[in-house]
Amino acid sequence: MSDTTATLPGEPKRGSILVASDRMRRRNRIEGIFRWLGLTAIVASLSVLALMLFTIFRDGSSAFFQAKLSFPVTLEAQVLDPAGNRSRDEMVKQTTVTYGKVLEGAFLAALAEKGIQTADIPEKDIRTMLSKAGPGELRARVLAEPGLLGQTIEVTVLAGGRIDGYLKGRVTMQSAERDGNVTTEQLVLADRLKDAGMLGLSWNWNFLTNPDASDQRPEAAGLGVAIIGSAFMMVLVLIMCVPVGVASSIYLEEFAPKNRFTDLIEVNIANLAAVPSIVYGILGLAIFINFAGFPQSSSLVGALVLSLQTLPTVIIATRASIRAVPPSIRDAALGVGASRMQTVFHHVLPLAMPGILTGTILGLASALGETAPLLLIGMVAFVSNHPSGPLDGGILDPATALPVQVYSWATRSDPAFIERSNGAIIVLLVFLLAMNVTAILLRRKFERRW
Amino acid sequence: MTVLLLLTILAVLAAAGYVLGRRRALAVAGGDPKQLHSLPGFYGWHTAILAFVPGFLVLLLWLVIQPLVIERGVAAHLPESVQADPAARQLALADVRRVASGLDVALSQGALTEGAIAALDASATDLRAKLGEVGVALGAAVSPEVLAAAKDYREATARAATLRAVVIIALALGGLAWALKRIAPDFWARNRVEKVVLWLLMLASLIAILTTIGIIWSMLSESINFFRQYPIGDFFFGLTWSPKFGGGSELGFIPLFWGTIYITVIALLVAVPLGLFAAIYLAEYASKRTRSWIKPMIEVIAGIPTVVYGLFALITVGPFLRDVFAQPFGLGSSGSSVMTAGVVIGILNIPFISSLSDDIINAVPQSLRDGSFGIGATRSETIRQVVLPAALPGIAGAILMGASRAIGETMIVVMGAGAAAKLSLNPFEAMTTMTVKIVGQLTGDTDFHSPETLVAFALGMTLFVITLCLNVLAVWIVRKYREQYE
Repeated sequence: MSDTTATLPGEPKRGSILVASDRMRRRNRIEGIFRWLGLTAIVASLSVLALMLFTIFRDGSSAFFQAKLSFPVTLEAQVLDPAGNRSRDEMVKQTTVTYGKVLEGAFLAALAEKGIQTADIPEKDIRTMLSKAGPGELRARVLAEPGLLGQTIEVTVLAGGRIDGYLKGRVTMQSAERDGNVTTEQLVLADRLKDAGMLGLSWNWNFLTNPDASDQRPEAAGLGVAIIGSAFMMVLVLIMCVPVGVASSIYLEEFAPKNRFTDLIEVNIANLAAVPSIVYGILGLAIFINFAGFPQSSSLVGALVLSLQTLPTVIIATRASIRAVPPSIRDAALGVGASRMQTVFHHVLPLAMPGILTGTILGLASALGETAPLLLIGMVAFVSNHPSGPLDGGILDPATALPVQVYSWATRSDPAFIERSNGAIIVLLVFLLAMNVTAILLRRKFERRW
Repeated sequence: MTVLLLLTILAVLAAAGYVLGRRRALAVAGGDPKQLHSLPGFYGWHTAILAFVPGFLVLLLWLVIQPLVIERGVAAHLPESVQADPAARQLALADVRRVASGLDVALSQGALTEGAIAALDASATDLRAKLGEVGVALGAAVSPEVLAAAKDYREATARAATLRAVVIIALALGGLAWALKRIAPDFWARNRVEKVVLWLLMLASLIAILTTIGIIWSMLSESINFFRQYPIGDFFFGLTWSPKFGGGSELGFIPLFWGTIYITVIALLVAVPLGLFAAIYLAEYASKRTRSWIKPMIEVIAGIPTVVYGLFALITVGPFLRDVFAQPFGLGSSGSSVMTAGVVIGILNIPFISSLSDDIINAVPQSLRDGSFGIGATRSETIRQVVLPAALPGIAGAILMGASRAIGETMIVVMGAGAAAKLSLNPFEAMTTMTVKIVGQLTGDTDFHSPETLVAFALGMTLFVITLCLNVLAVWIVRKYREQYE
């Protein structure tokens, strides 16, 4: 064999392994670049994620605080209860217009009393600094407690959306000049009110409890209906989807004969997992609403659609964890005389439970964030009343869901709703985080390697 | 008796059945479970099942059949002309139902009494105003025929409800008694119970198939309705999309398809390099520790709801692209554009591509890498010349699945791509996609049976077929070209 080396045409270029040749240096440089590209891809992806979360928290955290004005209001009995008998049926005849006048009068009086200079501002502009939601709240308070009539009470009412924005830095003097809904004089007055201690930002529980509000009152809009709707749907998905998902996984893993029919089911499940979510919305609209006649925008229809959509995820996760239970467990159970059904329900299923739970929680989390199918079944409609309790048919009442509320606020023209939208995302992300952390903890605690 | 109450009664009878069955089995065996074929619990279950299931099935059937039967009877009150026309008959029957339920509400609120209802005369009293007072809004004044039909409807419903309750409770009690009677030491209760459970499991796995059938049926039937009103050729090959409320709409599919494809291509241009390089780094370079941190963090991207990305596109990415690229170069002045939606969908798809590719790269056997290192290749040469070619079919499959997800993505395009259907090459122009139009046409206030609404079903069907084909193709490529190691 040595003669072949002797006949080589020309000497190969010799190099030292201690001194890198040009070629080797180039190869090493490419190596470095390649590695650097991989790192860049990861850093880029994660920084976009960080940027997105940062903008959401920057723009959204202020939704949890709200500008409120506080001043004393004298509730004149002659004005609010002309009949004078304090009966609720008589008092409801006084509309929010009357209460609005009372509130505005009290506000002007309070300004005069505190000696705040208002001469340079038209009276109408002072009035519009109060939120349009204020009179309704005062009316509800008086109707609930007629004894307040005739007294002077300290009220805290929402300031208008633009004043709120000014306190949070969203509205500035420059933007106010171009804005038809607010004047710079109002902002100057807002500064004076702030100094006098009548106006300030405070924690806003209403953001989590109020229903949605109309375009003119962004300051009163809240997530109450959306949170209830999402909660109803999650519970219903849990009730409807998990038993069916687990049952069908058990059948497919443990009992199904290998034939055309079970192959068909398998292919079906794989394909259903990849169907775009909006298609489930079309299914829900055509079958549950138009064909079966369930009420539009109800949590029940939303939950049915989300259950169908989550089913493949639950089935895939459940099957994986059933498969992970070693056959020796089954053999042992069968060996001591258990039937196949007993083997599955007494041994395999309990051992697969942690995996099933984790998969289920992750499936629920993705259902919680789903928006598109819910738009098609009408959950994007404006809902101003809380649904009733679950036992009073609340699942048939119109509701919205958290992600849908994010969308519907984002499409409104007033920039104050963008803050609300980001705030809603924060709430949504907190729920998602909680679910994912639960799933991870469950996995850590119960994970078992065979 | 309401359905809920009936179900509760069935459940209670079933629970009682379990206890009685178990007790009787033990009694039959003289207190010694070893004398029984099955464990005592199985006898209990068997009794419970026989108490619950027949009644439950009959109840389901009853709920479907009862309205059909009653409506046939009630329709006899309606004028001949209404009965002949199916659409008018449907409307009239809906009126009848509404009046009947209105009367029930009035009764429950005490505005009317049972006797007053029987004496009601449509020409004498203004029933519409009366029902309006209790919160039941009617579209038109109640005609005598409708009122008569409504009264009849109420009576028939009440009769049927009583009959239903009697039949179902009788069935449940009968089942219970029969099951108790059959209990004997040599009765094979376990086998029977297990057979029922097996059936239930099988039924559950049928739901997946029913869902697919439901999807196809719902979209196909409405699509056929649409194509009856709008020529199929004009839909698939039309170059203009301009729905009009008054009719005469042009509903061409091509501009929507173009927008979808354009956005998908941009999304893949973002997602594939980033996802692939991230996967390569994680699989080949990163230490185990780094990997265990970075991988979940990248997967967080996929766990965030798409509507969040939509808002990000709308208020951050869109204005940024507009101010930095589109306006300085004179390419457009719109925040929502193909580029905006494409980039954001691309970001959303990074974890999808990277985790699929990561799995595939990890599946390439270590021996191939060792061989390559052994003949002196560097890591990157090994990756490019050995690992990637071996993983190529899997990666191609992952990219196709990524494309299918991008095509079906809805919220990001609804919020970031715009609503104008255009055929343009400029990526900074607002364009629209199939999913945007499905949402737009189905959430509007148009008449449900107009072609402008029904077109959404045709779009949905097309979307379903396209994504299905891409997924099937992906699976086929992976199967066909997969290297079999070992």
